[in-house]
Amino acid sequence: MPKRVKFAFFLDLKSAYKTLLRNKIRSLLTILGIIIGVGSVIATVSIGQGASEAIQSTINSMGSNMLIILPGSSSLGGVRTGFGILPTLTLNDAYAIRKLPAVKTDSGNLGMAQQVIWRGNNWSTFIMGASSTFPEIRDWPVAKGTFFTHQQVVSAANVAVIGNTAATELFGLINPIGHIILIHNVPFTVIGILSVKGFNAFGQDQDDTVVIPITTMQEKIAGTTWVHAIAVSAKSKEDTVIAQSEITALLRQRHHIPLHKPNDFFVRNLTEIAQAANSSANTFTILLASIAAVSLLVGGIGIMNIMLVSVTERTKEIGIRLAVGAKKKDILKQFLIESSVLSLFGGILGIAAGIGISNSISAFSPLKTIVTTEPIIISLVFSLCVGIFFGFYPAFKASRMNPVEALRYE
Amino acid sequence: MNTGGIKERATSYDIPGGEPPLIRLENIGMIYKIGDISYEALKGINLIVENGEFVSIMGASGSGKSTIMNILGCLDRPTAGKYFLEGKDVSNLTSDELAEIRNKKIGFVFQGFNLIQRLSIVENVELPLYYAGMYSKEATEMAMEALKLVDLAGTENKFPNQISGGEQQRVAIARAVVNNAPIIMADEPTGNLDSVRGADVMRFFKKINEERGATIILVSHDKNIADYGKRLITVKDGIIISSAVIESQSMV
Repeated sequence: MPKRVKFAFFLDLKSAYKTLLRNKIRSLLTILGIIIGVGSVIATVSIGQGASEAIQSTINSMGSNMLIILPGSSSLGGVRTGFGILPTLTLNDAYAIRKLPAVKTDSGNLGMAQQVIWRGNNWSTFIMGASSTFPEIRDWPVAKGTFFTHQQVVSAANVAVIGNTAATELFGLINPIGHIILIHNVPFTVIGILSVKGFNAFGQDQDDTVVIPITTMQEKIAGTTWVHAIAVSAKSKEDTVIAQSEITALLRQRHHIPLHKPNDFFVRNLTEIAQAANSSANTFTILLASIAAVSLLVGGIGIMNIMLVSVTERTKEIGIRLAVGAKKKDILKQFLIESSVLSLFGGILGIAAGIGISNSISAFSPLKTIVTTEPIIISLVFSLCVGIFFGFYPAFKASRMNPVEALRYE
Repeated sequence: MNTGGIKERATSYDIPGGEPPLIRLENIGMIYKIGDISYEALKGINLIVENGEFVSIMGASGSGKSTIMNILGCLDRPTAGKYFLEGKDVSNLTSDELAEIRNKKIGFVFQGFNLIQRLSIVENVELPLYYAGMYSKEATEMAMEALKLVDLAGTENKFPNQISGGEQQRVAIARAVVNNAPIIMADEPTGNLDSVRGADVMRFFKKINEERGATIILVSHDKNIADYGKRLITVKDGIIISSAVIESQSMV
């Protein structure tokens, strides 16, 4: 018996398919709403997915499991300054943090814009003092030459590793390694070139930089003993939270802060920032997709409209079917299957359209789009539901027809 | 309201312990209501039809013959009286139960052929079997057999608009007999045909009646067509005014 039912269903499908093919233009116009709806859902979700992937990769390019420690703001006479004003963080803080269990490594950073000179050429770039752990923390290896060692940091050596943009601007096509550049009138030997990193989330060219040992920066260029920031890499994603509290406890102790006083530093968890950015991208995607889903509903109304017309047009056929013994449920089923096939067809065409749109956006604009299977399955199911939901009323109307009146209809 | 003194002939129903008649209408009334206006189409119809009969119902338009037909064919329910089909009261069944009876017991042939244009000839003939829950090869074989009966073997894959009106009506006959229904209802089956094709169609009703033993109830306003039957019932103003055996049958 189930085999027969299955066969009957197949016959119904075939008949629905044939019916819809007889009126190709009308069927196509009917499902246009569904096509547009599903297409825009697929396209918008793929843009959203692409955006959140982009955010993820930018965040990852800043270094993985990263925490940033900034000096605190000062409050003098009620006037509060921004972060990073107080000279409260030192290189020794950084070295102490490095010994914490949840911390893999760290790098004290001190940066400022400076003019760099090589022979007759000069270029204003961002000079960054960093520890030897910089490539590991920022996930940013050198492309050519070597990075400076811990030894060179301790001895405050005059060595520099330059970013790709700075290298091109200063040296053009010449290999900079081994050349002497002047920063703030101090000579530095170029020992390496960083690999290309690209732009960061704020649109800054990360490759426009020169990295020198933090100690050299403090003593010979900035003339300070403190650092702008300490970048910390936790051992794992889960460890970022532990590291955050360990660092807070350690720095409070090192800075002799009494219990009732606030911290004179801030610990920022980049993983959390990444998650926040991601969730805002998701919210945006959901918003766009729901607007697109509204057009799916409108498409459903189109289906209902045409199915009502179709039921009226085929009153005679319904009468014939009733006369030869069709029951209410047979007629109901026939029209429900028709509307479902219609909307499912629309869904499939819409998915094709959505993938097409998404691929062209990828090809012709800087936005990267990613089509995943999830929205495809969801919109297929959704369009099927639209077909059943909006097809129900016309099918119900058809099934309640009086055979005598239906047969008399011309 | 009675049948005006027309005496029904003795039937097996009158014999104690005998088989009930195929069809028995008992004081059937039908009132149509359109808004506040009501119209009495049937005013107490009593009728017995035995198995294997060929009954012609004649009457002018508006006489109520189509209404009798709709009730006999279980397409409609009477507003008064009782309808016994094979001894079972069917006057108060639900629409799905009536559909089941139409599917199993009754075949229809209408004036306008009423084939589904979208379906091929064989698919049209298969339709009652489909709703009887029969699919597949078996149904197709039965449909082919029915088409052979009306001399239309070989047209099964054509569509209704590719064959003549007479042939379309024969397809409708094939569809009516495909499920071996004991009753065939024919409502002005030759109304849309010329006399030659009409006679051709009538030949098959005779054949089905004589060879298959199916009971045929024919509604017509044309005496020549009605004369194919063996009994003539005349309807006027919602009542049966005469019921008589047709002696000499005109043959064309």
